[in-house]
Amino acid sequence: MSGLQLVDIHKRFGSVAAVDNISLSVDEGTFVCLLGPSGCGKTTLLRMIAGLEDPTSGNILLQGRRLNDTPAHLRNLGMVFQSLALFPHLSVGENIAYPLRIRGKSKAACGERVRELLDMVQLPGVADRTITQLSGGQRQRIAIARALAVSPQLFLLDEPLSALDAKLREAMQVELRQLQQRLGITTIVVTHDQREAMTMSDQIVVMSNGKVEQMGAPIEAYRRPATPFVADFLGQANLIKVAAGEGGARFSGGTIPGLDVAGGEGALVSIRPEDIAVLPSETGPVKASVVFVREMGAIVEIYLDAGGERIVAHAAPKTHGDFKVGSTVSLSMPAEACVVFDGAGA
Amino acid sequence: MRRSPPQKLTDYLPIAFPAAMLGLFFVVPFAIMVAVSVFKRVPGGFYEPAFTLANYARFLSPFFGEVLVFSLFLAAFVSAICLLIGVPFTYLLTRLRRGNQVVWLIALLGVLSLSEVIIGFSWSTLLSRTAGLSNLFVWLGLMDRPQSWTPSFGAVLTGLVYQAFPYTVLVLYPAFSRLDPSLMEAARTLGSSPIRAFLNVVLPAMRTTLLATSIIVFIFALGAYLLPQILGRPQHWTLSVLVTDQAIYQSNMPFAAAMAVFLVMASLALVGLSVAISGRKGAGQ
Repeated sequence: MSGLQLVDIHKRFGSVAAVDNISLSVDEGTFVCLLGPSGCGKTTLLRMIAGLEDPTSGNILLQGRRLNDTPAHLRNLGMVFQSLALFPHLSVGENIAYPLRIRGKSKAACGERVRELLDMVQLPGVADRTITQLSGGQRQRIAIARALAVSPQLFLLDEPLSALDAKLREAMQVELRQLQQRLGITTIVVTHDQREAMTMSDQIVVMSNGKVEQMGAPIEAYRRPATPFVADFLGQANLIKVAAGEGGARFSGGTIPGLDVAGGEGALVSIRPEDIAVLPSETGPVKASVVFVREMGAIVEIYLDAGGERIVAHAAPKTHGDFKVGSTVSLSMPAEACVVFDGAGA
Repeated sequence: MRRSPPQKLTDYLPIAFPAAMLGLFFVVPFAIMVAVSVFKRVPGGFYEPAFTLANYARFLSPFFGEVLVFSLFLAAFVSAICLLIGVPFTYLLTRLRRGNQVVWLIALLGVLSLSEVIIGFSWSTLLSRTAGLSNLFVWLGLMDRPQSWTPSFGAVLTGLVYQAFPYTVLVLYPAFSRLDPSLMEAARTLGSSPIRAFLNVVLPAMRTTLLATSIIVFIFALGAYLLPQILGRPQHWTLSVLVTDQAIYQSNMPFAAAMAVFLVMASLALVGLSVAISGRKGAGQ
């Protein structure tokens, strides 16, 4: 039986549907990210799995067993909160030992396990410190250690890294992923940071307005977004309104050769900035003028105007000297890099 | 946030005004009271400057000892009951929607606008045999015949708790509304039932606030002099009642001052003791 299953989950707050008919299944031992903008229902979904909210309807199954009526404290899961929620009146060691003490473990057994967990999060010897003596990154690790103290069946994290600075966040993403792989624990992380979701997870679930937009492997969702929303939310995307034309898809800036648009009028094409090649020649199927050049170090972002359509393209740094603001260029937009959404309004 | 301590004399300027006010209206009158407490009473008159410890010696009697012990006991009892009701009440209050919280707080502030005299006589009526609550209970069939519940220790306690309860909630409220709700939720996901989580996470995390509140209510109840007279028998009179009695009805200012000074010292000692005890406990953890 698979790890966690959500079946037709609804959650209403008054007249607002926070979670609107979500079904998904999470295989045992996988790392899943619930990804979406704030207010999309991802945290509510996580809180229902944890038992901190009750679904209005639908079932939550863990290894085939219905979890709905089990109160939070009997669900045997570990959760890391956005605020970390470390207990201020307890020392680091007492915080980690809290779930063990609740379950009646002896002081010696607790001490042994606390040492083990502190080694696991690479913070040996801090058991006697107070929470306020730790840095943000250290507190993060303690919260993780506490959530994993009883070896739960399910590991839930709500925006766990949002309070850390960029560099530490990247390091913790890698560390969290390695820890999850070592323990083989089914893990669900809520985040609004698409980079975080891409780098950590086996599966991502992109959500918007209480619904699942797409779920699958991160790179799959990035290369083949199911909806314009996913294309736009995962990384950068150019969403261009096109119509079927002679020899390809026509838009205000020109024609994308060889691209077949079945839907006729109102179709939308998504193409990633890195798939667009900017060429110095003034002749080609798509003409554009350079509006702005943004040097990012590893890449250069070129903002273009193609007949009123705003397009972003990426180029390697050494070539960008050719593109001055105001100059006219031609764009190569390969049909195989485009994803077509027919009739769907963005 | 850390700031550097004041360096120059002018850095202290902002506290000059409050310091002057505190000195003028608190320290000076208290010093006068201490001085008066060693003065000699002039029978039929007022008092004259002297240095005598006779006023203090007078309450080294079993009678005053008993009154002092009763006063401290009553204040501690009131403070315990207020916290016992006030803590769960305030916790649940902060979990309500904002609009409902305001309604409850306004109702509590309403109690504060009542004068002590009105509170005393209202409870005295409510607890009386002729027009009191017991008539309601008889009508409901809970009692056989109306009963008088005042004057009694229970009546004094009820009146004082009623009066101190709004203060309890108002002191607890800011701390409880700042409490991170995910502390409680974290405790639940870690295996604590809601009640257990409240007892072993919320209460210990609020330790300092609880101590501060109990001290405030304790001192508030220690100063009560009207309610024990209206709702109690003479054996329920507190030291504050005796101070009033000596100062106003017996015109014995020196003795009243000596009792007042002693009351202040006794309560300061108790507060110091409880802070020291909790401080040591806090450091040990």
